Order: sequence, then C-alpha cells, then structure tokens
Amino acid sequence: MNDETPETAGALKAKPKTSMHFIRTHLREYGILIALIVIMAFFQFMTGGILLKPVNLTNLILQNSYIIIMAVGMLLVIVAGHIDLSVGSVLGFIGALAAVMIVEYDINYVVTAIVCLAAGAAIGAMQGYWIAYFKIPAFIVTLAGMLVFKGLTLWLLAGQSIGPFPKNFQLISSGFIPDLFKAEGINLFSLSLGVLTASILIILSARSRMHQQRIGIVDEPFAFFFAKNAIIAFAIIYLSYLLAAFRGLPNVLIIMAFLISVYTFIASKTTIGRRIYAIGGNEKAAKLSGINTERLTFLTFANMGMLAALAGLVFAARLNTATPKAGFAFELDVIAAVFIGGASMSGGVGTIIGAVVGAFIMGVMNNGMSILGIGIDWQQVIKGLVLLAAVIFDVYNKNKA
Amino acid sequence: MQHADSSGSVMTQAEAPSQQSTSPSGYSGEANSRKDADQDIILEMRHITKSFPGVKALDDVSLKVQRGEIHALVGENGAGKSTLMKVLSGVYPHGKYAGDIVYNGEVLALRGIADSESKGIIIIHQELALVPLLSIAENIFLGNEISSKGIIDWPETNRRTSELLRKVGLSENPESLVSDLGLGKQQLIEIAKALSKEVKLLILDEPTSSLNEKDSDTLLALLTEFKARGISSILISHKLNEISRVADTITVLRDGTLVSTLDCHAQAISEDHIIRDMVGRSLSDRYPPRTPQIGGAVMQVRDWTVHHPLYPDNKVVSGVDLELRRGEVLGIAGLMGAGRTELAMSLFGRSYGRNISGEVMINGKAVDLGTIRKAIDAGLCYVTEDRKQYGLVLDQSIQRNIPLANLNAVAQYGLIDENRELAVANDYREKINIRCPDVSQQTINLSGGNQQKVVLSKWLFADPEILILDEPTRGIDVGAKYEIYTIIRDLAAAGKSIIVISSEMPELLGICDRLYVMNEGRFVGELSVAEATQEKIMSMIVRAST
Repeated sequence: MNDETPETAGALKAKPKTSMHFIRTHLREYGILIALIVIMAFFQFMTGGILLKPVNLTNLILQNSYIIIMAVGMLLVIVAGHIDLSVGSVLGFIGALAAVMIVEYDINYVVTAIVCLAAGAAIGAMQGYWIAYFKIPAFIVTLAGMLVFKGLTLWLLAGQSIGPFPKNFQLISSGFIPDLFKAEGINLFSLSLGVLTASILIILSARSRMHQQRIGIVDEPFAFFFAKNAIIAFAIIYLSYLLAAFRGLPNVLIIMAFLISVYTFIASKTTIGRRIYAIGGNEKAAKLSGINTERLTFLTFANMGMLAALAGLVFAARLNTATPKAGFAFELDVIAAVFIGGASMSGGVGTIIGAVVGAFIMGVMNNGMSILGIGIDWQQVIKGLVLLAAVIFDVYNKNKA
Repeated sequence: MQHADSSGSVMTQAEAPSQQSTSPSGYSGEANSRKDADQDIILEMRHITKSFPGVKALDDVSLKVQRGEIHALVGENGAGKSTLMKVLSGVYPHGKYAGDIVYNGEVLALRGIADSESKGIIIIHQELALVPLLSIAENIFLGNEISSKGIIDWPETNRRTSELLRKVGLSENPESLVSDLGLGKQQLIEIAKALSKEVKLLILDEPTSSLNEKDSDTLLALLTEFKARGISSILISHKLNEISRVADTITVLRDGTLVSTLDCHAQAISEDHIIRDMVGRSLSDRYPPRTPQIGGAVMQVRDWTVHHPLYPDNKVVSGVDLELRRGEVLGIAGLMGAGRTELAMSLFGRSYGRNISGEVMINGKAVDLGTIRKAIDAGLCYVTEDRKQYGLVLDQSIQRNIPLANLNAVAQYGLIDENRELAVANDYREKINIRCPDVSQQTINLSGGNQQKVVLSKWLFADPEILILDEPTRGIDVGAKYEIYTIIRDLAAAGKSIIVISSEMPELLGICDRLYVMNEGRFVGELSVAEATQEKIMSMIVRAST
C-alpha cells in the first residue's frame, strides 16, 4: 500500500500539454457550452438563419427569462442535495397575488412587487423549515407545496384570468433599456454595454490567469485560454449587436445578468456558497466541521421561494395577465435545465453558469423546433432524450475519471 | 465494523514479516498434535493466503473443523479472522485467494455467498442482517420464500417458522415484527434463518457482543445443542470466558498468520494462555522517540453517560470519568463496540447519542459543548475514524477541504480569499507532507494515508487545544503511520492535549503516556504506559466482559 504507485504519480504530475488534451480532461466543464454552440449552429442552419434574427433572439431571451431566474435558485437547492417541485406553482401563485393586488385593489406596483417577493421568500422558508429542521424529504414537502399553491392560485383567481396590468408593471419583461446615445438604426448604448461586459470578463479572466501564473498553478494551455475568451467575448458582442439591431437589451436581460453574476459570486467566492457545496458533497462531514447545515438548507429554500416569486412577476408581466394555468410544469423545465447543466443528483456538484446554459439549451431547442414546425409531441420526446443523454454523458464521464 | 475489521487486517499484516521471528516457536508443534485420522472432518481450509494490494491479510492459514464441534476463532482486531471467514463464505470468491477449502471431502470453488449457503455454510455477522419492519416469518424466508409460481404460501411459511422458532427456543408469533424483539431474540431469529437453510456449518461473528448475560447463555446453550445434531459452529469471539466454556478447539490468529490450534479436551487451556497467543509480539521502533512534558489538567469529564440514539434504554457510555492533561497523549483502548467512538462523538458537540448527561470542564471552567460549533470554539476537535463518510467532502479538492472547519479564517466579510486559502493548503501540504501533484487534487483520488493527513490538516487549521483522534491510522500503510505518529508527538510537544482511540494496542503503547481501558461503555481500568502491557489490557477487557 504505497501512497502512490510510480505510474499514477507520474501521470498525475504530467501537466496536460495541448489544448485538445485539456478539453478532453475538462469535458465535463466545457462539454455543455460546446453542446449549446453546436445546437445553436444546427438550428441556425436548419431554420435558414431565423434563429439568430434580432427579433427572434429577443424573443428567445424573454421566453426563457423566468426559467433561468428559477434555475439559479434551483441550482443551489440541488447542490445542497435537495429538490424543489413547488416552484411552478409558486410562480403561478405569486402572479395571481400580484394581479389581485394591482388590478383588483389598485395597489402601487412597486409595493406589490416587494410584498410578492417577501411572500415568495416566506413560502420558501415554510417549506425549508420542515426540510431543514424536521428532516422531511424535500421531494415530499415541495410536492405538497406544489399542490397547495396550485390550489391557492385557483382560489385567489376564482378560476378566472385577471389582467391587464398597468404599463409600468409590464415593462419588467416587455421593456428595453433606453438608448442614451440615440443613434440611427441601432441601439448604440446596448451595443456598448455588450462591449463593456465582454471587456470586463476578459480583464477578470486575464487577471486571474496572471495570478495563477505568479503562484505557478496554471494548467490551462494558453491557446485554449485565448480561444475560450475570444469566443466568449465575440459571442457577447455579437449577440448584443443583434439585440441592438432590434430594440436593444431587454430589461429582463439586465435582471438576469445581475442575478447570474451575483449568484455565481455567492456560489464560488463566499463562505455561504462554499458551505452549501460542502453540505451537498457530504452532509455528515460538513456538520462535523461545525457548519450549521440546518440553517443553510433553510436559507437555500427561502431564497428559492424568493426567486420563484420574481419569476412569477416576470411571467405575469410578460403575459400581461395572471391565469390559473401559469407555471404549470415549469418546475420540470427548471430541474431539467439544472441537470443538463451538469449538476449532480446527489448534490455537491454544479455551477450557476452550467444551469443557465442548460436552460438556454432547452430554450433554443423549444424555439428552434417551433420554427421548424415540429409538433409539441415530438418536441417533448426530443427534449426528454436530450435530458437523458446529458445526464448519461455526465455519469459516464464521472465513472471514467 | 465488519469492513473495518478486514481493513484492520490489511494494516497489521504489513508489519507481520518483522514479527514472525519474534513470535514464540513452541506453538507450531501444537498445531499438528491432533490425531486427524480417526476424526470426522467437515471442513479443512488448507494454506489459505489472501492478499490485498501490497499486503497479505492471511498468510498460509490452515484450519480444521470436525463434524459437531464448536471451533472458536480468536485474535485481536485485524488479526485476519473476518478475512478468513469471508474466504470461507464466498465473499472473496475462488481464485481471489490461494489455498484450498475442502468441505465434506470435496474441494470447493465458491463464487459467492449463495454458493456457500447452498452447501450449508452460513455466516451470521456481528451486525444483524434482518429487516426490522418485516415479520419474523418474512425475515426467515427472505429470498427463499415458500411459494408456487411466485405466490407465497403463507400458512406453510408460518407453520415452518413456528417449527424453526421452537428449535431455537422461542415461542413468538411468526407474524410479529422483528423490530419489536430484543437484540438477543433477533440473534436467535438469525440462527433460525440459518436452520431454515439446512445449515451444516454455522459461522457466528461476535454473536454475544451486544447481548446480556442471559441471552448469551441461551445462545451458547443452543450451540451446544446443535453439536448433538451434527451441526458444527465456528465462533468468533473476544469473550474468552465463554470460549473456554463451550469451545472444543480454539484457533488463534495474529497478524494474518496461524499462531496456535488448541485442543480444549486434551489439556486445560487458561485464558492467560490464549491472551499470550493473541498479543505475543514485541514493540519495535515503529514509533518516533518522544520525551513527554505533561502539565496540569486541561479537560475533565465527570460521570458522562450517553444513550443509544435509537434505543434510548441502551446505555452506550455509562458513568465515564476522564482527565486529560496539557501536552499529554492519552489512549483509550478497547474492542470495537466498546463505546469509544460514541464517547468521543458525544463529547464533540453531542454529535452522537441522546439523553447525554455529565459535566465537562476545560481549564477548570464548566463548558457547554451542546453543539459542534460550541465544541470547536471551546478548543475541541474530533478526527473521525471514518474519513470517507465523516471526514472529507470527497468530490472537492484538498484546498477546499482543509479550511472547512474554520472558513472564517480564510474569509473577510464572508468573502473567501482564495489566495489565502491556497497558501494555507500549500502550507499544510508541506508541513505534514500530503503527497499530491497540487492541492487542487480531489480528495477522492488520494491514498488513505494522504486522506487522513487532509482530515488532520482541516482540524489543525481550526487550531484546537484538545484533539480527539479516532483510529488515526486505520487502513493506512506503515510509512504513513509513522508520519501520523510524528505529527501526534509534535502536537503534544507544542502543548496540545491529545486523546487517541485505537484498536491496535501496540500503537497505543507506542505513542501514549497514559491509557484508559474501555469495555461495554465503561472505563474498566487506567494504566500509565510504563505499567501497561497488551496482556494487562486484554485481561482487563476480557475479565470485565460478561
């Protein structure tokens, strides 16, 4: 029982030399991004360029915004080793609550939004309480929540649709950021925001690479580093150029970008994030390390409830009405997005970016297949198979490692 | 525990070659003193050798069991008893070991447990394999249902169950749930289950370790009764008084080799004789030299009592008084299941047990150790015996595991400073020699010794004053053991106080200053290392056992 046999020690010490080798060894991390690019290219070609037409791209983002907002919260829930089946119903319930408050009681929409977000957090906290402190399986608690809030939505709306919302409220999801530069034909401000974002990302990753170099732990080949950043920067600038050619960046895209960056930061840089990963990775070890596993689980669910509420507001604003059917089966899309994005069913593994990319994969397929005129029946079949394939790929990769 | 025992054998075996020469040579004659010709041999295991990567867990062990005898198998934890029985029951299938198993005159090539069971060789493990929420009848015929075309014949099942229960001296209703029975009766149900499979050779691994005296007597009487019916038993036990009462033959294993085979009818075998055979090895310089500098009391525990989390009537730890001094390495000796881990975990933020009572003073002040956080803040840490289950987040890197118990020290306002985190990880990597290409290595890919060092680093980074190390060298190789011993020595020299729990007595004698001996939830003795010997410890344990 030597600590390392000579062969494995040698293999471990040998740094990957080529970009191809690096991609192969990091297939789990980049595979999903590559898959999204391939799927987009495929539909772009098959639809004769419609997929990336400015108007369709804008539509694609609006259509998927609420799924992505919830996927961000769901990722944390799943990383912590749980699941939340109630998010679709909570989304519907909050939409209904907003409609009743704004349309029937004529309450100011800012006040309504704050009350709704608080209500969502409270719903999540109630479910999280049972899961964290009474060890009731999340599957059961949130399955109950799914039924309860579906019922409460029906009750609140009395079976009717309520709408329309005032103009200002609709702007959450149908508005675009104003063009401060007022150029002809193209929203120059939106484009510059895209360029700015791309520049910031490049500066950030260059800085972190330089830091790694200084302490000598770089294992990403330079060619790969360069290509990766070039592609990401190009994609961001190109997409913002396309969006700018229509009406600019949608408000909801800003909300999403904000959430994605904040939650990526929380997940990867803060003690809270670190502890959530530890809980999902090995709850017993985390607990014995003095981590308050119950409180963190509780907070994770409260956060999920709040994000579901935000998604509920966005969805209601987009439809411009609250309907009893809102949110039906959304939880499945959200959970699928997180798993396609590489999260592990057993917890402890997954990234916010992965979940967002997973949601976009589902969204692009929905959108592309609809343009191609593929019926909803086959769309479901194909989406199901893609989910299965993504998870098989993940498990296969893990077993190989 | 079963698994732990076998991994234990892996490690002690690594040291075996050096001790071969030190073991008394007089015993080998006894092994062949029996007249085999006129005896009815049901089982003969010939020259069994079983290797795990790098080490021999069993080295040329031979064993003969006659029809209708009770054959006791004894040895320390890790001596190879369980490995030998796993070979016999097919857990390690034919081809995975060297040597032959001859059973009823036929050489067996077992492929698995199902194979050995079909031959009538049935093993009952220390942890019972009953499904608590199924009835007695359902448990007895589980996997072996009396049915036609997949439909179970319940009247017949219940009738046969009643019959089997009578044979083991029970009069329970076949339809009552196993969870409603006490441990003693559950053990008998296991035996009834074995009878239902027409057992010829019954292997019992520590069957009485969790039974009270009365239940143990019932069980042993039953084994004696089976002898008359031609059923042979192999009994693995640490309770030497029971063994000398019922055994016909005793085989002693040590470090994976056969030490002696004692015929209880040919001569009177004293417990001392068995103990000497079990432990007979000398301490060599496998431990780093050390000059202890021991100060005043750091931690005092008074009347510590812990109840089992599921069976609140069971006291797992009862009335333990403990004192730990500054700079001291204090050992807790005992057999598996003695309550040592339970004592440690209950002290560490009540992470085990319920209805915990007693008082803890640290540096003369009564402290509340009610949660793990409070225990850590009070300067305590507990390094688990099961690093994979309780110690590491295996999916995560060394760098991420090390600060886990003290994340705030690498963070500011809740924001982790990854540079500092990396520096900390590299620091420990160097200081205690964690062998890895770099600290971004996932801990799942490390060897046992290096994993243990990561867990230790995690706790050292939390800067405790009192370290409780539970089986700190379990399942790691000799070289890494020496390194761990050196770390322990250096910590003590730096004024930390250390409690070491270990099932390996030589290890305790080699690194500790003082020992408590624990058995069945109680401290049954206290020894300074100068006066302690393995024989003394072992006899304290077995004399306290009932």
